[in-house]
Amino acid sequence: MAVPPETAQQLGQGSGSAGQRKPVETRPQFVIRFAGDSGDGMQLAGMQFTAESALAGNDIATLPDFPAEIRAPAGTLAGVSGYQLNFSSQPVFTPGDEPSVLVAMNPAALKVNIDDLPPNGVLIVDKEGFTDANLKKAGYTSNPLTDHSLDKYQVFEIEVSKLTTSAVRELGLNTRAVNRCRNFFVLGLVSWLFQRPTKSVTDYIESRFKKTPDVMEANMRAFKAGYNYGETTEIFASAYEVKPAQIAPGFYRNITGNTATALGFVAAAVKSGRPLFLGSYPITPASDVLHDLSGFKNFPVYTFQAEDEIAGVASAIGAAFGGAIGITTTSGPGMNLKAEAIGLAVKVELPLVITDIQRAGPSTGMPTKPEQADLLMAMYGRHGESPIPIIAAATPADCFDCAFEAVRVAVKYMTPVILLTDGHLANGSEPWLVPEPEQLPEIKVAFRTDPNGFMPYLRDEETLSRPWAVPGTPGLEHRIGGLSSEHLTGNVSYSPSNNEMMVRLRARKIAGIAREIPATKVFGDEQGGDLLLVGWGSTYGTLREAVIRMRAKGKSVSHVHLRWLNPLPSDLGDILRRFKKVMVAEMNMGQLLKMIRADYLIDAVGCNKIQGRPFKVSEVESRVTRALEG
Amino acid sequence: MATALTRKDFISDQEVRWCPGCGDYAILAQVQKIMPELGVPRENTVFISGIGCSSRFPYYMNTYGFHTIHGRAPAIATGLKMTRPELDVWVVTGDGDGLSIGGNHLIHALRRNIDLKILLFNNKIYGLTKGQYSPTSEVGKVTKSTPAGSVDFPFNPITVALGAHSSFIARSIDVEQKHLQDTLKRAHAHRGASFVEILQNCNIFNDGAFNDVSDKAIKADHQLILEHGKPLIFGKNRDKGIRMNGMRPEVVQLGNGVTDKDLLVHDETNLPLAFMLANFEPPMPTPIGVFYATSRPTYDSAVNAQLEHAKKTQGPGELRSLLRRGDTWSVK
Ligand code: SF4
Repeated sequence: MAVPPETAQQLGQGSGSAGQRKPVETRPQFVIRFAGDSGDGMQLAGMQFTAESALAGNDIATLPDFPAEIRAPAGTLAGVSGYQLNFSSQPVFTPGDEPSVLVAMNPAALKVNIDDLPPNGVLIVDKEGFTDANLKKAGYTSNPLTDHSLDKYQVFEIEVSKLTTSAVRELGLNTRAVNRCRNFFVLGLVSWLFQRPTKSVTDYIESRFKKTPDVMEANMRAFKAGYNYGETTEIFASAYEVKPAQIAPGFYRNITGNTATALGFVAAAVKSGRPLFLGSYPITPASDVLHDLSGFKNFPVYTFQAEDEIAGVASAIGAAFGGAIGITTTSGPGMNLKAEAIGLAVKVELPLVITDIQRAGPSTGMPTKPEQADLLMAMYGRHGESPIPIIAAATPADCFDCAFEAVRVAVKYMTPVILLTDGHLANGSEPWLVPEPEQLPEIKVAFRTDPNGFMPYLRDEETLSRPWAVPGTPGLEHRIGGLSSEHLTGNVSYSPSNNEMMVRLRARKIAGIAREIPATKVFGDEQGGDLLLVGWGSTYGTLREAVIRMRAKGKSVSHVHLRWLNPLPSDLGDILRRFKKVMVAEMNMGQLLKMIRADYLIDAVGCNKIQGRPFKVSEVESRVTRALEG
Repeated sequence: MATALTRKDFISDQEVRWCPGCGDYAILAQVQKIMPELGVPRENTVFISGIGCSSRFPYYMNTYGFHTIHGRAPAIATGLKMTRPELDVWVVTGDGDGLSIGGNHLIHALRRNIDLKILLFNNKIYGLTKGQYSPTSEVGKVTKSTPAGSVDFPFNPITVALGAHSSFIARSIDVEQKHLQDTLKRAHAHRGASFVEILQNCNIFNDGAFNDVSDKAIKADHQLILEHGKPLIFGKNRDKGIRMNGMRPEVVQLGNGVTDKDLLVHDETNLPLAFMLANFEPPMPTPIGVFYATSRPTYDSAVNAQLEHAKKTQGPGELRSLLRRGDTWSVK
């Protein structure tokens, strides 16, 4: 559990002596944040440290924080890139509210991140990055390393450039190339500090720089120099150890939400025996799904980088018409553009999965920052009565299951399905217990082939879905389209009563998907209690941890996290009514809140944040506390 | 199929709902007529359309059909053709659908050279929405939305297609039965994006827009029929031709020492020539026929070749190992 790390004890007192191994203290958990200029390689350092921590058996969760601009001038606040990792001997639910250890490679990185570091937190800085020019670029009028403004932290000033240079001197690289090894020096240093196994990093360096042996050697030396520096320097009195967590046995993979989404789709396509087709237009933070899937051609996976968002979804509809698993991926602005085509898929009742990797809006908003403000658009953002099932992933690894489930339901019910994730899940990562393909549910695709009695809109009695009759099937030639069409035959029809019947049939079909939703799990007081915290999507870990902490303090607080948002689970109304108070927490102005109030006539209250940043556990706790008191 | 198909086999059971006298009837008739000759099983033929009068087309074809949304037919057809390259995919669009709201999809389908047969019915007007000017309407056009005359400079569909480097570009006319049939068959035989502009009379909102080239009495003096390898001759008595005068084309009267040897010879593979012909405006005659035809790899074949190559070099996709890539470890 991401309890605040015990940073109260001083790290750097006393003197370590070379030649004698330093003492190692055991701690339950740390949250480390690597921050530097975009060019400093902090994402890479963070990811490699994550790999080491996973191999050390810790439970982990990560959160990268990308700069808003691709090539912001070096040393500026806009160019700061960060990567946060929570590694623990206890179960981890979030990347951590705040770091207990901050690595800052320059003044800008310090300025952007220092307010998040609690008093007594560990601050490791590259002293040489604090030049007058860099201080000025970051807007410092005096050097924080000397003006006592950092006195409340445990500051470790390291001459990273100098130490890296001396480690690789014999290789004769130019300054630029040497500077590019600084991240591995820092990685080596923190690897020592937390006693990480280093093999994954040395393996990485060997394979990554296979083609440039001198660069490989330089990074290797920088990494080892950093490690040894930790052991020998007098700056650090002791190293730390975070023991392995109790983790279910199995094969694990550290996975981001976007990669999990991509793999979920491939798995669903394989399980359905159909090719996967992605039509997509590059957009932050969704593009990685396109990148990932474009590498899986042999499955087969078709990827189509379309001329625009509309063509992205339209091409997927065309592919679905032909019998492929058609999907499209985007973020908020793209959802706006796709609305009309999604409405077509609703009307012609073809399977399709639309993934909206939500980002902060409105308009261009903050493309690299997460938000959950597209829920009502997913629900209602089309003209006419056009209901669509909506599923939302709770964690990076859960994106796999949700993508898979979205395809399964789309195919079974012949309907578009919207999968909601967000930028927080997309780039965040966590260990994923990799499933065996045989454990995954089958996805039954039964194309209609029998012309006898075939009608394009003759519905299945249970699911109300229409047959999937693909071109190339003799005797099933038929026409579909966006115009209102007649029950059974699908012929164009303006009959008023037929129109109402078709609208109601489609609504019933989508409502019936509730039968696919397992019983809702209440974490806490199943029979009811003082307050039920309801959430959806990426807030899962934070809400769960807040509830765990409050329950530990004896409060009657429970948690329900919804996966399906349309239809809502059929047992939800009963559960909500068992609690004296219902609070809905989401990163928007209260969209699920509105749905719950409207559907169940319950006086639920909201817990909202619209800052392009996830909730902190402490924020949720204080909101819940106030609600309990109020 | 054992028995040969006939035109009737391609007529659906739906009542055709265009205005009486609309040029779309003639086009539908010619398409249905050539279908049996193409040798493609009916179930492998798909017509995809957008929105507009022309886009009703798929409902009347007894093949697979998809009447989609405004302007998006080329994009929808692209997804189908990529994943089902064995199908014959036709796109039916109009000047509003294809050049206004769907202009983006049209040019990108053409430049990619995806193997679609794209028929653009150009009637220079919005018919379905009852008579507003379209992106091919002439400057000065008075319509419901331009009571003072349109000030929009129009698109020329052929030069748009040329600009997008479509690999097959042709023009025909709704009432020219034989010419239209031949043009459609050529378009079908072509591998890649075939673009056919069909001048189509909207007798309700823009009657007679193409009279000069469709009216039997005068058309011979205004139509220039393009034939590969043949000199550019036209006129009722086939006594006029196109000759280059320096860098500029001109109309010349044959005789008096001017013979077909002096005339420009049509070459479908000559892109600059196609551009020049496409830009003919009165008093020059209106060219019909194939402006340009070239062979280059189709998008759908290139995409599927990459998939095949990946399968050959990496083996067929194996889910278990795919899931187990990356940063992995075992917990005992
Ligand atoms: S409005 Fe014009 S184009 Fe449309 S059906 Fe009538 S005549 Fe044909």
